[in-house]
Amino acid sequence: MSPSLFIAATETTGDKFLTLFIGVAVFAAVFLGILILASLFKGRTGERVQALAFVGPTILFIALALVYPAILTVRRAFYSGKFFDLNFGTPRTRGKFVGTENFEKLWTTPGLTEVFRNTALWVILVPLLATGLGLLYAILIDRAKGEALSKALIFLPMAISMVGATLIWKFVYNWNGALEADGSPVEQVGLVNAIVTKLGMDPINFLGEAPLNTFALIVIMIWIQAGFAMTVLSAAIKAIPDEILEAARMDGVGGLKMFRFITLPSIRSSVIVVLTTIGIGTLKAFDIVQASSGGKLRDSVLANEFYTRSFVTQEPGLGAAIAIVIFVLVMPIIIFNIIQMRKDA
Amino acid sequence: MSTATPPPVPDQVADAATSAASTAATAVAEAPIVKKGKSAAGNAARAVTSPWASAFAVVMALAWTTPTLGLFVTSFRNQEDIQTSGWWTAFTTPFTLENYATAFNGGSDNGTPLSGFFVNSIVIAIPCVLLPLLLASLAAYAFAWIDFPFRNALFVGVFALQIVPLQIALLPLAQFFQSMGIGGSFWALWLSHSAFALPLAVYLLHNFMKEIPSSLLEAARVDGAGHVRTFFQVLLPLITPALASFGIFQFLWVWNDLLVALTMLGGSPGRSPITMALNQLSGTWGDKWFLTSAGAFISIAVPVAVFLSLQRYFVRGLLAGGTKG
Repeated sequence: MSPSLFIAATETTGDKFLTLFIGVAVFAAVFLGILILASLFKGRTGERVQALAFVGPTILFIALALVYPAILTVRRAFYSGKFFDLNFGTPRTRGKFVGTENFEKLWTTPGLTEVFRNTALWVILVPLLATGLGLLYAILIDRAKGEALSKALIFLPMAISMVGATLIWKFVYNWNGALEADGSPVEQVGLVNAIVTKLGMDPINFLGEAPLNTFALIVIMIWIQAGFAMTVLSAAIKAIPDEILEAARMDGVGGLKMFRFITLPSIRSSVIVVLTTIGIGTLKAFDIVQASSGGKLRDSVLANEFYTRSFVTQEPGLGAAIAIVIFVLVMPIIIFNIIQMRKDA
Repeated sequence: MSTATPPPVPDQVADAATSAASTAATAVAEAPIVKKGKSAAGNAARAVTSPWASAFAVVMALAWTTPTLGLFVTSFRNQEDIQTSGWWTAFTTPFTLENYATAFNGGSDNGTPLSGFFVNSIVIAIPCVLLPLLLASLAAYAFAWIDFPFRNALFVGVFALQIVPLQIALLPLAQFFQSMGIGGSFWALWLSHSAFALPLAVYLLHNFMKEIPSSLLEAARVDGAGHVRTFFQVLLPLITPALASFGIFQFLWVWNDLLVALTMLGGSPGRSPITMALNQLSGTWGDKWFLTSAGAFISIAVPVAVFLSLQRYFVRGLLAGGTKG
């Protein structure tokens, strides 16, 4: 099929829906084709062919669109040049092998140290606070009146895009630095600054000043993730067998002791899963910084820096190096998680 | 929405959670009967002298809802009112639906109507949900119920790929689509979203399929059904909830995505999803909160509606390890 079949120069809504229809039809045809092919074969060899027909497309797809590109990125991290395609451009601008230079840039590029520091703040604060608040809330509303509704309120931010969430919070943080004739700050329409000025202080530019803006953005991520923590931990709490609780109660254990010695140990593995899951998500989250300042106000994080270096400032070598750093940081957490799961299972 | 790849919650927790989730869904109907008693958490809560505990829960619930409420109220106020007074004074000023009309259809204040981007989001999301579901359900079936060489090694390989952050594949993939002549097209987005979703989809669906009693499949076998018929007649009906769970996840993920869209559609803004439009407009609209607020809720409405109507499946998927990156 020629490319022009896929892309119309100017698209109307009708064109777009036609593309949608063609896309769905093509995908459905592939699916049915696989099934028809598989059903033609019978017997012992047929079994093999059927397995291949079922698994093959997925494996091929993953290999082409995930594994191969990942390998290319690793290779790219060791080359110079402005384009991802090493042979692109004039002979002078083409990519050359530069060894670990791109990785050294991680430390020598001005501003990147701050990016690492910000990322560390995100990855430490978000999982701890989101999990802590989620757990506390899960305990407080456990078997209380209106539990389902209480949960939905905390959980709803998870359905909202990070871009949308950032807009919601940008308005909460809204700052107006203008002054009235008498030198007092003008009426603030952002909730937080309205409270701040009510308390007699000057309004604060939460999203404009480093390092305050990093903390302000971290609050948004906590706001999004606490619902996830609450849902998983609430389910874990409900799964604690009644006999254990009954036995503990017979022994006179109650209140905070019950939490410290019975509840917490029982849900330990879930707490770890939640902490690490949120940690990984935080490490990879780029939308919040992107939708706030784009990382221009000294509030960038690694995931945002990956995007900026790769696509905006045209330093794909450095971008690739950052992607590898993210991968290397995520890997031990996940391996730890899997080992943890094995132990519990 | 979270962008991470957790291993699954331990089985017994997930099971209990699934039932807890369905209980939660029906809990509203049974609300008058409050079950107090045998709960470790309940105990701990009561220890933190009850009024304080309730007060904290209420404060937290308020803190979690007020930001959204604030922008929601704002989206129904005049531009002038928004700029001169806080949304909490809104009951003294008139309400209007005009912001939504201007944001969605365009107008003198708004040269970039969101309606087109809204359509784009729909066109992007539907195939992105269908393709991984179709492919993964086949692969998961084979991994669970057909014996073939290297089965376990391949499955572990697919499972392990969940840990690859999509950042590491994005640039070469965009390049690849460019060289195939589909750079910046819907096809590029469909294929990349599907590829990123496949490892998790295979893993989740495999877990569900494995739990189906083998006697059911053997019965189909005895009746002379091949794998294709078994797949359609026995398995698909049974794993519908799992398909729904994953489908909702994938839908929310794709609808809310910014990174993949920015990467794949760099050169063709006409196909941007609504998140990408909002991200740009939050810059160009600057302090036009009357537009930004309405725009935000136009984009939020769809995932929230999906989430609220299908919450049970969403929670079930979440507890089976269903968030990804």
